[in-house]
Parts: sequence; structure tokens; C-alpha cells
Amino acid sequence: MKQVKSIFKREFAGYFRTPVAYVFLVAFLMISVALSYSRFGGFFKAGIASLDAYFGFFPWLFLFIVPAVGMRLWSEEKRSGTAELLFTLPVTTLEAVVGKFLAGWAFLALAVLLSFPMALTIGYLGSPDWGVVGTSYLGAILMAGGFLGVCSLTSALTKNQVVSFVISLCVCAVLVFLGYSGFTSFLEGFLPVGVSDAVSNFSFITHFNPMVRGIVDLKDVAFFVSLIGFTLFLNVVALER
Amino acid sequence: MIDVKGLVKSYGPKRAVDGVSFTVKRGEILGFLGPNGAGKSTTMKMITGYVRPDEGTARVDGVDVQEDPVGVKRRIGYLPENAPAYPEMTVQEFLRFIAEVRGYSDPKARDSQVERAIALTHLSSARGQTIETLSKGYKQRVGFAQALLHDPAVLILDEPTDGLDPNQKNEVRSLIKSMAVEKAVILSTHILEEVEAICTRVIIISRGRVVADESPAALLARKPGARMDEIFRSLTDTDV
Repeated sequence: MKQVKSIFKREFAGYFRTPVAYVFLVAFLMISVALSYSRFGGFFKAGIASLDAYFGFFPWLFLFIVPAVGMRLWSEEKRSGTAELLFTLPVTTLEAVVGKFLAGWAFLALAVLLSFPMALTIGYLGSPDWGVVGTSYLGAILMAGGFLGVCSLTSALTKNQVVSFVISLCVCAVLVFLGYSGFTSFLEGFLPVGVSDAVSNFSFITHFNPMVRGIVDLKDVAFFVSLIGFTLFLNVVALER
Repeated sequence: MIDVKGLVKSYGPKRAVDGVSFTVKRGEILGFLGPNGAGKSTTMKMITGYVRPDEGTARVDGVDVQEDPVGVKRRIGYLPENAPAYPEMTVQEFLRFIAEVRGYSDPKARDSQVERAIALTHLSSARGQTIETLSKGYKQRVGFAQALLHDPAVLILDEPTDGLDPNQKNEVRSLIKSMAVEKAVILSTHILEEVEAICTRVIIISRGRVVADESPAALLARKPGARMDEIFRSLTDTDV
């Protein structure tokens, strides 16, 4: 466990040793806020003190932004040869995978939590349901973990960060689209409802939206947690191969 | 201290390492010689637990690398080829990280190990610099410091003097020599006079097999009057 902690510390501090972290945080916050203020988001037009318009874009935004964080996790270590250094230190592959994943997740959680002025804004404009705001943040952070698990896995498959980014994007795109309302209604056109429901169950959106509405269902939490567990397990397998 | 038995590793159809066995005792400095691609680095990577052998195993201080890879890694100090390190960290940050992963969680103990390694490798002038800004010689020293940090009983050094100037080479050699008294050391090199200067034993490896395993003096005695590079060539000329 001590090893996990030191790897976590190094990795998390590593984001801030280069300008990457600051560029990322600023870009993420600007884009996410701009989207909710835009006519697609309708944050002000809705006239409701809620963050629906803000969090609604998160699955789409994470699609691009999480692969950007996750792509370097393992590709960079492999390319620069530090993987050899790391895996000749007394750490198990699992400890290294968990340490690095948690660091990336903590960074994404920080990015999400830095949107707190949005919550303050709705608090100023009206009287929001703070419980719903809380579950929305919980959902966003859990979903970030799910995305990052996928990206960490694909990053372990290649030395090349660009390849890693593109593969992560494709896999995550599938996991988002399966629950996109346009796609599910298209499926329902020729498939039994049970089948299209089963398909959409694999999507981030399906399990994220209830939390934005204030419902924390065990099966939604279980989806994200088991997705993280499963991708990290494959991550270990991919690295020990 | 190091007991290597029948290591085999294939990459595709090519057997990179083909049944390598040898032992290294405490106090010995083993020079690992061979043409490029002969299997030196792969053998070292298998001893350190980074690459899993197809057959055979290595024991370090009685611990089997197949059964307890982390236990072996704890006992070994390893300098990989080209001394990889995290480029955006400073020398001190990097060594502190290594110390923490090596189990020195108490800041005092950690810092005293780091200071010792910095002093041994003469890195104090560069401690605040990020590793990406260092010259090749300094980077190599950082790799060295990292390998020495926990005062391991076994040192495995993949081309430790590669890219150093003659003075630095000399310094590294005397450092290895001074430490070897209570350690078992394996170092790979291309420089034949390095072997004559510091190694107590030589292994020449060619096409993944050990073709010579003796003291430098015995190797030189194979062809009286011949220089070491001639003997090296005659032993490895099938490896082209």
C-alpha cells in the first residue's frame, strides 16, 4: 500500500510539473461552462436553479477530455523507458496500475470540483436542491473514473500517445453512443425494447443521467465501479503480457 | 549471490537467450561481453524480473525471481541501458521518489539515503536541476545513484560507462571497484579494456549462448601474446 501512495504522489504531482495540468484545467472549465451557457445548453433560458444544463454535456465532454489525460499514463512510461525502471523497483504491477489510475482520477475529480462557482451561481440565482447538486458531482466523478479506466487500459497497449488517444476515443465513443437517446430510439425501431435496453445499459449516459436528476441507484454505482475494476484488471494483464 | 540457471527467451522465431547459466559470488565483478544483440541486456532483464524467461530461472540471494519477483527487486540495484528517469523531475525529487518506493517512508531515513547516493555519485551540484536538462554523463550518474540508493547486495549495470568522457569512466570504474567488496556486481560493456581494468571474471555471450566464462587473465592466456579484442573476435565471429 505504501508503494501505491508514493506512485500516486509522483504521478499526481507530475501533472503540475508541466503546463499540461493548467492548460487542461482552464480548457475544461471554459468549454464546459461555455457549453451550458450556449443555446444548446440553455442554462439561463431554462429559468431553473439547477446544474442539469451543465452536467448534461459531461459524457460528451469527457469523451475528448479524459483520453487526453489518460493517453500518457502508460504510453509515456513505455516510450521513455521508465517502465523498465518502475517495474524493476519493488512494486507489483497491480500497485503501479492502481497508483497511477488513482492519480489520474484525483486530477479529473479536481477538474470537476473546480466548477464549484457554477454551483455558487445557482445558489445565488435561486434555491437549488443541494442534494441533486451533490449527486451530480458524485456521478460526474464516478463517470470520470469509468472513462479513465478505459483510457488507462488502451494506453497500456501502445507506446504511441496519439494511437492511445484515438483508440480511447473510439472505445469511449461506443460506450457513450449506446445510451444516446437518438441511437436508442433508432434501435427500438426494429429491436424489442428489452434488447435495446440491454444495449443502452452499457452506456455511460444511461448510468450518469439518473445521478444528475438526484437518484443514486446502486446499479449505476455498481456499473462504474465494476467498469473501473474490470479495465484495471485488463490493464494489469496487458502490462504483464 | 546470483545463480542463473538455463535462461531461455525467444522473440518470435529468434532465440535471443539460449540456455544461459552462471553464478556470481559476493565480491566478484562479472563483466558481461558480447556483440550487440547477443542477449546481454535480455539476460540482465530476466535476472531483474523485468522480462519473464520462457525457461530457466535466476536466484538472487536465495530468492527465485519467478516465485518472488518483488523480493528479488528489493535486493537488486539495477541501472537499465540509457539510464531512464522521469525527465520533468529534479534529481532530488526523483531520488526521493525512488527511496519512498524502496520503503524508506520516514522522511529522515529517506533523505539520508538520498544524500548518501548523491554524495557517492557527485551529484550535489545538479540536485535541483530537472533531469531533462542534464548532460548524458549526469543522467548516467542519476541512474547510478538510483541503483545504489538502498545499498543493495547485488548490482546489475547495463553499460554503466556508456556515453561518459574518459574522466567520468575512470570515476565510475573506481566507484564500482570500491563497492564491490561486499557486493556481487554484473556489468555489461563493449569496452574490452574496462573488463581488464575492473572485472574479476568475464563471460562472453554470443548468439544467446555463453562461449567463455573465466578470469580475464585466463581469457588472455588462451592465445598468448594476443590482445583481448582478437580473442573476443575469434570467440564471437559466428555472430554476424
